[in-house]
Amino acid sequence: MNYKAWEGFVPGKWSDDEVNVRDFIQRNYTPYEGDDSFLEGPTEDTKKLWEEIMELSAQERAAGGVLKADTKIVSTLTSHKAGYIDKSREKIVGLQTDEPFKRALQPFGGIKMAEQALNMYGYEIDPQVKEIFTKYRKTHNDGVYDAYTPEMRRARTAHILTGLPDTYGRGRIVGDYRRVALYGIDYLIEHKQRDKLNMDGDMTPDKIRDREELSEQIKALNALKVMAAEYGMDISRPAENAREAIQWLYFGYLGAIKDQNGAAMSIGRNSTFLDIYIERDLKRGVLTEKEAQELIDQFVMKLRIVKFMRIKEYNELFSGDPTWVTESIGGMGVDGRTLVTKNSFRILHTLSNLGPAPEPNLTVLWSKRLPAGFKKFCAKTSIATSAIQYESDDLMRPEMGDDYCIACCVSCMRVGKDMQFFGARANLAKCLLYAINGGKDELTKDKKTGKALQVSPMFAPVSGDGPLDYNEVMVKYEQMMDWLAGLYVNTLNLIHYMHDKYSYEALEMALHDTEVRRFFATGIAGLSCAADSLSAIKYAKVYPIRNEEGLATDFKIEGDYPKYGNNDDRADEIAVWLVKTFMNKIKSHYTYRGSVPTMSILTITSNVVYGKKTGNTPDGRRAGQPLAPGANPMHGRDSSGALASLESVAKLPYEYSRDGISNTFSVTPASLGKDD
Amino acid sequence: MTGRIHSFESFGTVDGPGIRFVVFMQGCPMRCLYCHNPDTWFPSAGTDYTAAEVASRALKYKSYFTGGGGVTVSGGEPMLQAEFVKELFTILKSEGINTALDTSGVMFNADNPRAFDDLLAVTDLVLLDIKHINPSEHKRLTSHGNENILAFARYLSDIKKPVWIRHVLVPGITDDDNYLRELKTFISTLKNVEKVEVLPYHTMGEVKYQKLGIPYPLKGVEPPEPERVKNAKEILKLND
Repeated sequence: MNYKAWEGFVPGKWSDDEVNVRDFIQRNYTPYEGDDSFLEGPTEDTKKLWEEIMELSAQERAAGGVLKADTKIVSTLTSHKAGYIDKSREKIVGLQTDEPFKRALQPFGGIKMAEQALNMYGYEIDPQVKEIFTKYRKTHNDGVYDAYTPEMRRARTAHILTGLPDTYGRGRIVGDYRRVALYGIDYLIEHKQRDKLNMDGDMTPDKIRDREELSEQIKALNALKVMAAEYGMDISRPAENAREAIQWLYFGYLGAIKDQNGAAMSIGRNSTFLDIYIERDLKRGVLTEKEAQELIDQFVMKLRIVKFMRIKEYNELFSGDPTWVTESIGGMGVDGRTLVTKNSFRILHTLSNLGPAPEPNLTVLWSKRLPAGFKKFCAKTSIATSAIQYESDDLMRPEMGDDYCIACCVSCMRVGKDMQFFGARANLAKCLLYAINGGKDELTKDKKTGKALQVSPMFAPVSGDGPLDYNEVMVKYEQMMDWLAGLYVNTLNLIHYMHDKYSYEALEMALHDTEVRRFFATGIAGLSCAADSLSAIKYAKVYPIRNEEGLATDFKIEGDYPKYGNNDDRADEIAVWLVKTFMNKIKSHYTYRGSVPTMSILTITSNVVYGKKTGNTPDGRRAGQPLAPGANPMHGRDSSGALASLESVAKLPYEYSRDGISNTFSVTPASLGKDD
Repeated sequence: MTGRIHSFESFGTVDGPGIRFVVFMQGCPMRCLYCHNPDTWFPSAGTDYTAAEVASRALKYKSYFTGGGGVTVSGGEPMLQAEFVKELFTILKSEGINTALDTSGVMFNADNPRAFDDLLAVTDLVLLDIKHINPSEHKRLTSHGNENILAFARYLSDIKKPVWIRHVLVPGITDDDNYLRELKTFISTLKNVEKVEVLPYHTMGEVKYQKLGIPYPLKGVEPPEPERVKNAKEILKLND
């Protein structure tokens, strides 16, 4: 294979009949160790376009959150005509529907949810669409509910399992959109067809599914060509210059968001890849720095207006309308060279050129060894915009190599080689209350009896008026965690089976290797609340206060106890124990499709909603009060300063929480020292 | 031995150089009108820790001290528990940790100037708070005269102990230009001053008074205007 599009690139494995984007990057990128002085401001076209978007945003807010919604056309890659904001000014084109800010109808996750979301904003779903997706075409949501056991439904009702992707798209899958630019669609199809030919032998159910999915992938790639042709572009061939590379890559992503309304639709690790094209054009004299910045600004602009039709509760759960278009930036290569390029600067510079914004979620993969010029630029941009997320490249690189990206906020995956089954989370604080109350929920009533809902099988509760005995509680807690882990894994097994069956991400998976590694991404909520509660039981005296049913619904604490978040091993060790123990229990179960179990500790805003569903806890937290976000100490209990708080969190073992650990932390500039 | 301690701060960035572990000692004889830590006044409150316990807490953050940081003992008035602080600093010095003493100097006695020599021997830096240069104004502000304090400053100069002079700027009380110039004249006589810090008064302590049921003495006093802070810095800045 020797394309005109590849002229000037160093050939290698990537060009030798393989799909290997990392090899292309390694052989062709130009590390940049300088400062930000080369950067350019926005062009007139960029400014005008952004003004139009700001105007549309204002109209959208005035309209109550949704400006327009499609009620009739079911979104697919090819469902809509081309849409523009202002065609004459757009260097990078493509919208989710035929008009800006018009939300697409995406019912494959669940028709009920799609209909509800429309109703909430004053729209009516087209009756024919409803009929088709009720009578003739089953959705993911229907499949899940057909198979759920009564116990799974109870756990869901009582919110010990929360946020499960059973009514909406699971998301978190990141296609390698760079492949569209580097290879063009025809090359990719050819490789997928070859894989399909090789996929022969005994037709086990697994193999049949694999073959069917590969066919879906090939169809999706063909559909993507049609989608691009609607915009007058031929992506069957590779991109020939920087503008095409960005455009082709964006088309790949656009296809994914037309296909899927996923909880998090991240975009990967693209800026250094794109820098190679920009560098080549700059050298050829066919592109100026100003024009390069314009392309990146306008690309980012498109990512900022990604929108999905979602129910209001969903937005409440996430405190906003997040799409998690995470772009991973920088990091170090395994050969010791930095992966920072000029384009790492350009993409962060969009925060100045267009103003700060939460999306795309620009995430710097931070290493101690990043070039000083880039570190300074990051600090400067963070101070000015508070809009950069940082993650430890030094922690992730040893396991993931140097071509991984972040999906959502903390999940790392090798681009195009790993995918994950998003698993929401289990509430460990509530699980502790179940241990004390024998699996009866402290807040949810059984509709038939009017008494506390028995969620787990009837375990023996902790009896007596206390104080609670630490050893007894621990034995019962472990038993309850055994039950919870098993139920949790099985619930997810079922959900992801159905998602694959009824809402398969054909395009995103077409932009993965055919042999893909799958992660089974579980999560926990309420870590610090559970750790402090156990610490209180161990180091203070905790007396249960029982209601008329005998259920411990409140606790009286005598004495003080060490709290997680103060770098005090007595409390921190309990948090570490919880993470290891629960992960070990998760691992002991069968996980769907040979997936590798992982765990995350990352509720970022949903901790508020989870707290609402959790009763009084033995640490003194009142019912309904928020749990701490992610791995954070409970609010106000980390009283030994910032480093103590951070050190406590840093003790949590990453090996047991490979899907990520988040800690929400804010500092005022004055607390970082004095100006002079 | 044990010391009576109010609290710890693992990420101190304003009390001495670099990132510092700060130990707030319990108990203070002064009653500065602008004090923002009234909860450290009474020696009966707080928790007892041995010097070894405090040192091991601080040493957990050793890796953060590489940029010139270390441990600062503040308060309260740390020189009220000089023996304890000496023991703590001795352990820290043996671990190669930079030590700073944040004090008002009020415990110093010119008749027995060497009483704190053992402590000063293991102290790398003294953060000396001169509240007011005028003795009667000082008494009004803090309930103590400033004679010992100025004597302590001179003594530290004599023994060449590095010092940062700190001055809290309160509108109408400590921001008079004449007094500031007088303070500058005094500082100029010292040979050991590495830095002069102007600390703008803030009202964040007010809520603690409410909790303790003590009337807030500076009710209604606003933090100084930025120009006044700039002015004070200009007057007090060290000659090159």
